[in-house]
Amino acid sequence: MNTNLALLLLLAPFIGFLFNIFFGKSIGKTASGVIGTLMIVVSFIVTLYFFGAITAKPEGIHISLFDWIQISNFKVDFGFQFDQLSVLWLLFVTGIGSLIHMYSISYMHDDENMHKYFAYLNLFIFFMITLVIGSNLLVLFIGWEGVGLCSYLLIGFWHKNQEFNDAAKKAFIMNRIGDLGLLIGIFIIGSLFSTLDYATLKTAIAGATDLNMYWISAAAFALFIGACGKSAQIPLYTWLPDAMAGPTPVSALIHAATMVTAGIFMITRLNYLFDLAPDVQNIIAIVGAVTSLVAATIALVQTDIKKVLAYSTVSQLGLMFLALGLGAYEVAVFHVITHAFFKACLFLGSGSVIHALHGEQDMRKMGGLKKVMTITFVTFLISSLAISGIPPFSGFFSKDEILMVAFEHNKILWFIASLASLMTAFYMFRLLYLTFFKEFRGTAEQKSHLHESPTLITFPLIVLAILATLGGLISLPTNSWLNEYLAPLFTKVATEEHHFGTSEYMLMLVAVIGGLVGIGIAYSKYIKQNLVPEEDEKITGFAKVLYNKYYVDEIYDSLFVKSINGLSKFFRDNVETTLSSLVFGLGKVTNEIGFQGKKLQSGSIGFYLFAFVLGICAIITYLFLAQ
Amino acid sequence: MNNILNEIGIENYIFLSVILFCIGVFGVLYRRNAIIVFMSIEIMLNAVNLLFVAFSTYHQDAQGQIFVFFSMAVAAAEVAVGLAILVSIFRNLGSIDINNLKNLKG
Repeated sequence: MNTNLALLLLLAPFIGFLFNIFFGKSIGKTASGVIGTLMIVVSFIVTLYFFGAITAKPEGIHISLFDWIQISNFKVDFGFQFDQLSVLWLLFVTGIGSLIHMYSISYMHDDENMHKYFAYLNLFIFFMITLVIGSNLLVLFIGWEGVGLCSYLLIGFWHKNQEFNDAAKKAFIMNRIGDLGLLIGIFIIGSLFSTLDYATLKTAIAGATDLNMYWISAAAFALFIGACGKSAQIPLYTWLPDAMAGPTPVSALIHAATMVTAGIFMITRLNYLFDLAPDVQNIIAIVGAVTSLVAATIALVQTDIKKVLAYSTVSQLGLMFLALGLGAYEVAVFHVITHAFFKACLFLGSGSVIHALHGEQDMRKMGGLKKVMTITFVTFLISSLAISGIPPFSGFFSKDEILMVAFEHNKILWFIASLASLMTAFYMFRLLYLTFFKEFRGTAEQKSHLHESPTLITFPLIVLAILATLGGLISLPTNSWLNEYLAPLFTKVATEEHHFGTSEYMLMLVAVIGGLVGIGIAYSKYIKQNLVPEEDEKITGFAKVLYNKYYVDEIYDSLFVKSINGLSKFFRDNVETTLSSLVFGLGKVTNEIGFQGKKLQSGSIGFYLFAFVLGICAIITYLFLAQ
Repeated sequence: MNNILNEIGIENYIFLSVILFCIGVFGVLYRRNAIIVFMSIEIMLNAVNLLFVAFSTYHQDAQGQIFVFFSMAVAAAEVAVGLAILVSIFRNLGSIDINNLKNLKG
């Protein structure tokens, strides 16, 4: 029963993929989209069943399909593990996945390759489910690589634009660097414990007495590198903003809600391993905090509506990593969930705006959309409030918990995270004011075409906005359903109860005031003073550095791309010519010897016989002399 | 023991054998008729056989003679094959002069 349902859960999107790739073109655009969506809905319904099953059976369901690899005492089976963590992830992957599929039916309707789009999107969900429900690291790795592939395919979906292709390649290559780290981590774990299975690993670590801490730290660090690549952390984050080249629903699904949280999933999954490596945890926390701040500063001055959201995603992921690094896995998971709601809603909202403006993404050419696009505006406003951490929206609870955990451990990290949160409020409301308030700044033709998006687009927005509002209920500060739900996953003896005192309330107040200050600054700049960001060439000073993303791309380009190109050139011009002249030289010598030697083959048997006799005489003479 | 080596010394057999061998070698080198070349090779073979037998008797050891039987059997087989090849060549080229056989010239 469970096995069949698990297969249904996994294969429904895959069937959707096969169907769309082979028959999608012939059955028409809408039909292909509807089938793609229905397949994900099937997965979502099965997920609901598993959610119920796990609630009834907290120790989880383990399904082993077959023995995959067996070498002496090292065994990997192809199996699935349903527990609190995987079911939570499944819920929002398939849930938000269905909504975004539905949204895409309308959003992508003018695209000639819509069937291909849905095929890729289904394939993505298939791999994401594989990643989440795999019972060992190797199955996770299949999903991990698969979602990377789908991300590549979808970023470069409009492949006639070379820039988009470059962005796709950049995402793929950056991810490969991280994947190498993940692989190395898996190898180390495999050689240390001869198993890759989560459950076995957990008992092995819990039971072991003489663990090699050095190698465990190395494994944790390598896995963290993998997470950095997938979840866009410093130094591997530059691919995510470029990934906005893909269609907007893709950005919402893959590059905000699901795939980029895979790193957090993996670290949470292996929390017992990371708990053993406090040094690595510190690195994770610092990287997370720094990423959140750096990305937030860049987002302050971006003018492309999707770029702002992309840097905001990087920044929020940084906050999640901060929580992971501080050992507060359940808090990170909480923020993943609320972030999935409000960020998906924001991306879909921006998609709705872009749709209405026929592809315009520059906020300087927007404005005044509040009157025409009321639903989009309201949902966008709710999500912006949520991400800014204004109560009672979901983002307030999750962000507040992260800040609280940070405050307990390290005041500097807390300060950095708070600063990033303040900036978040600022740039989100800057985006909101520039897009929806004041007068429309686009062309007259665009203005005449302005319209609210159709129901297929607004319905997911409304659902996500409701979730973004209420999402915080799953983990209230004093009564956290989520923390209790996730408790079986963690080795820690029950999460230390937050004794709710004055300092906690003060922190909350500070966070809210920070958010309000951010909003206030944005209000005074863009509503009161009626400012509009300047044209690219007029940006000067530090703003220019920010606008150009700290020139990180240029630095990477000169540090890595140029140096590798230089190395390649060196090898091509020097090493390869030397090697090839050596090889060619050998060939020439052989050729010459053959050419001369061929004269010996005169064809005269008499001569051969003479040479024969002479040779034997020579050998005999030699033998005599040798004695 | 009535040993033939008592009447004719071993060295004479060696001389004879060497002479036969050299005749064979020069036959191979100077004659152009493939059959004569072939015969010369047989002479060389038999020179060696003679030496075998002579030393076999000299050492009072039958092994050499046994070996000669094998050697002769192999020579017979070789002759059969060799002559067949020569017949085939003659049919194809109409001559068995080894100077004409130059198809394998490099």
